[in-house]
Amino acid sequence: MPKPNDKQLQMILEDMVVARTQAGRLWNLQRQGQIGTIAPIDGHEAAIVGAVHALETESDWVLPQYREPLGLRKYGPEVLDTFMLYNLGHPAGGHIPAPIKVAPSQISLAASIPHAVGLAWGMSLKDEPGVVLVFFGDGASSEGDFYEAGNLAGVIKAPVIFLCINNQWAISTPTHLQTAADSFSSKSEAFGIPGITVDGNNPSTVYEAVSDARNRAMTGKGPTLIEATVYRLGAHTTADDPTRYVPSEDLSAAQENDPVHTLIKDLKNRNLWSDAKQKEVETVALERMDDAFEKAKNTPLSINSLMDHCFVSDTPRQARQRAFLIDSMEKINE
Amino acid sequence: MNNKASELSILEAINETLHSEMERDERIVILGEDVGRNGGVFRATEGLIEKFGENRVVDTPISEAAIVGSAVGLAMAGLVPVVEIQFLGFSYQAMHQIAGQIARLRYRTQSRFEPQITIRAPFGGGVRTPELHSDSLEAQFANIPGLKIVLPSTASDAKGLLTSAIRDPDPVLFLEPLRGYRGIRDLVPDEEHIVPLGKANLIKKGDDVVIISWSYQVELSRRVAESLEENGISTAVLDLRSIVPLDVEAITQIVTHCGRAVVVQEAPETGGFASEIIATINDECFWSLEAPVARVSGFDVPYPVGMLENLYVPDEARIRSAVLKTMEND
Repeated sequence: MPKPNDKQLQMILEDMVVARTQAGRLWNLQRQGQIGTIAPIDGHEAAIVGAVHALETESDWVLPQYREPLGLRKYGPEVLDTFMLYNLGHPAGGHIPAPIKVAPSQISLAASIPHAVGLAWGMSLKDEPGVVLVFFGDGASSEGDFYEAGNLAGVIKAPVIFLCINNQWAISTPTHLQTAADSFSSKSEAFGIPGITVDGNNPSTVYEAVSDARNRAMTGKGPTLIEATVYRLGAHTTADDPTRYVPSEDLSAAQENDPVHTLIKDLKNRNLWSDAKQKEVETVALERMDDAFEKAKNTPLSINSLMDHCFVSDTPRQARQRAFLIDSMEKINE
Repeated sequence: MNNKASELSILEAINETLHSEMERDERIVILGEDVGRNGGVFRATEGLIEKFGENRVVDTPISEAAIVGSAVGLAMAGLVPVVEIQFLGFSYQAMHQIAGQIARLRYRTQSRFEPQITIRAPFGGGVRTPELHSDSLEAQFANIPGLKIVLPSTASDAKGLLTSAIRDPDPVLFLEPLRGYRGIRDLVPDEEHIVPLGKANLIKKGDDVVIISWSYQVELSRRVAESLEENGISTAVLDLRSIVPLDVEAITQIVTHCGRAVVVQEAPETGGFASEIIATINDECFWSLEAPVARVSGFDVPYPVGMLENLYVPDEARIRSAVLKTMEND
């Protein structure tokens, strides 16, 4: 099994620290009323970053659910730039520019899973190398799309990786109310594909599992279901109050096992990380986020954006509505 | 220029179009239930798997959401999926992917991803199918921005509109009149035949009243209109061909000319697309009306079982009586 080398581990930790640091700033921006609802990444960093570092950004697609964007730094700065537009509610926040192989956040749970299967299938029909990795959670695995797409992927041997991040909570619903199965990965049996549960707090094990799944996919052996177990350290979203349902002793235990802190300690022990490095990465992460946020706020917004991109060109009725919209806005501005 | 044409059924026209489009554009893949070896339960896809192979004509598992959902991914990969949903009523199983994903893919990604996807499905009653095989859902889809909805009523239009639908860069629901699959036959151009989306067809001229309809109800409306000529009522028939985009201009023109209109749909009355047509007439040409616009619809009940079907589906008598009522104050 391919493990990340020390250099890769340093890069993984750097991305994890960046994600954690930027998540804190995002939370504050939301609390200040500067951006809309966000879903904190806290506790998911190792699973997301570890997985992404096992991919080739040139050839492999990532289809996120919605908690992942801050962990996708490997795919380029445009991911954060676009994410900040998204958080502002700017329409350009849905357009991560080509050729970056990342889809925008998907609010409908599990709905990207059949897209991932189709995309992977299409890539193999076109003989394009690469795989598709789709993120979803323990709760999303109860949706029909997961089962339908998993089944189809097994039949057509699509080069796809299903990465279920089991963070123990679907908003307030714990996993034992989500499924009676022994594990989320065991659902792979119904699809006739391999399934594996790994410690999602350890980026190396996630990296290894995704590398293996990638090798299988690239050699025509089809999909893999990976369950990465983590603990959601924050709220479901900025609109959620987890103190209503998360037992504090469970949260304390999970905090002891915080994936970012664990890896910092590990790499420090091996002289691969230092407090100075930590400080530098955090500072740059915040500067980078502030810069992305400034850029987002300065991105012009046109009235036409309301009507643009529904179809390639307006239907006659849309054209009438667009004219009405522009006319009424002009009257308001007069 | 080859002006030859052959008499084909709607089903034959669809099959021929799928053959010629797949030959023309190698990005096209067909997926659905029983579309391969079986050639489709109605044989709309007959002969395709033999000609184009299993990679391009795919028998999928019975999972409408995965069929439609994977079409999104295939389109993201640069292919052109042409999906068959065996009966339109089964599209409820994929509604979240059609309404929640395909329809808004271009909008929510600002055209990063382009859903050049055609979803074909037969619909409509009159042939005593089991439950959920007959339902007319077009108005439900029309309330979802981002979908084009095309409903041919002739074999010639089936070819011309399907060609346009497949080539259209936006997602198109191509709804085929199940009842007319084999029964409706007309001359279809042998060569490439394109009917643009959003252009209604005045299939019969008239001066006193116009019947506006789509899909199989156009056939019934035409028969009624012809029979009314004997009563001295000059009745026009406008086949909308598509409800999104809607040819507002053609509606306005003919309603203004006749001053009277009857809208015929098979779907339930409440929230049906006929209501949208009447609202459009209200907006565009209310002052040219000489009588209230009439609606002929199904009833506000679920599509019924076979023994009740003839009571439910609008027939010539109901259309005729609506036209006559509209003419009362003449």
